[in-house]
Amino acid sequence: MANVTVDAKGLNCPMPIVKTAQAIKTVASGDTVEVLATDSGSVKDFAAWAKTTGNPLVEQTTDGGVFRFVIRKK
Amino acid sequence: MTVAEAPMVPVVEPAVEPEDDQPVRQQGIAIICYSGELEKTWAAMILASTSASLGMTTKVFVTFWGLQTFVRDGRRVTGTNWMQKMLSIMSRPGIKHRKLSKMNFLGMGPWMMFKLAKQYGVSSPAELLEVAEMMGVEFVPCQMTMDMFGLTREDLLPGMGEPVGAASYLADVAAGLSPIFI
Repeated sequence: MANVTVDAKGLNCPMPIVKTAQAIKTVASGDTVEVLATDSGSVKDFAAWAKTTGNPLVEQTTDGGVFRFVIRKK
Repeated sequence: MTVAEAPMVPVVEPAVEPEDDQPVRQQGIAIICYSGELEKTWAAMILASTSASLGMTTKVFVTFWGLQTFVRDGRRVTGTNWMQKMLSIMSRPGIKHRKLSKMNFLGMGPWMMFKLAKQYGVSSPAELLEVAEMMGVEFVPCQMTMDMFGLTREDLLPGMGEPVGAASYLADVAAGLSPIFI
């Protein structure tokens, strides 16, 4: 179970990333943030964001057009 | 006790002080927000908010027509002489009053753009600006443009930093920030 869930469904670039960056600031190191997004560009964007910030993307699933990402804060 | 038998005293090396003229290396972007057109303002705000989200140092230098974007809401006529006043009347300042470079059609173009943006969940430049400021993006006005357009710090958005010149921007580039001109 993730510590925080960000519902970014219906939001377009760059808001899913921006909201995730804001949420990651509120959790402690080792905690996870779950993000739900419908922006198909976010699949590549979350990989890029995780690589740049160093917070690993630990889970990624798709369910009927909803992308789910789980990030662990480094 | 002879000198040779004296206990060894550890030699303390003086700490190496960083030289003052060496700039601190920084990673991030330095945007020049030059254009006041809607689509370019949008691009600048997207890059600024995303860059901050990636944890990069982000600075936005606001100059020429871009400065009109960062005039406070409700400031309708700015400047002191008739030319500066006419400029602000002809081109309404504020982030909510940007015009498209193409197909503006007396405001019909931007109206459609905002309608489409809402439909597709795209945040407006004003919303992105708010987010960018919240995430620590630095917005810096150009002193020279302020003088030329007759703008005071009171005319500009309260979150704007101390006005600077081109050298301050280039010093940030020299320190490692990637320059982006929009």
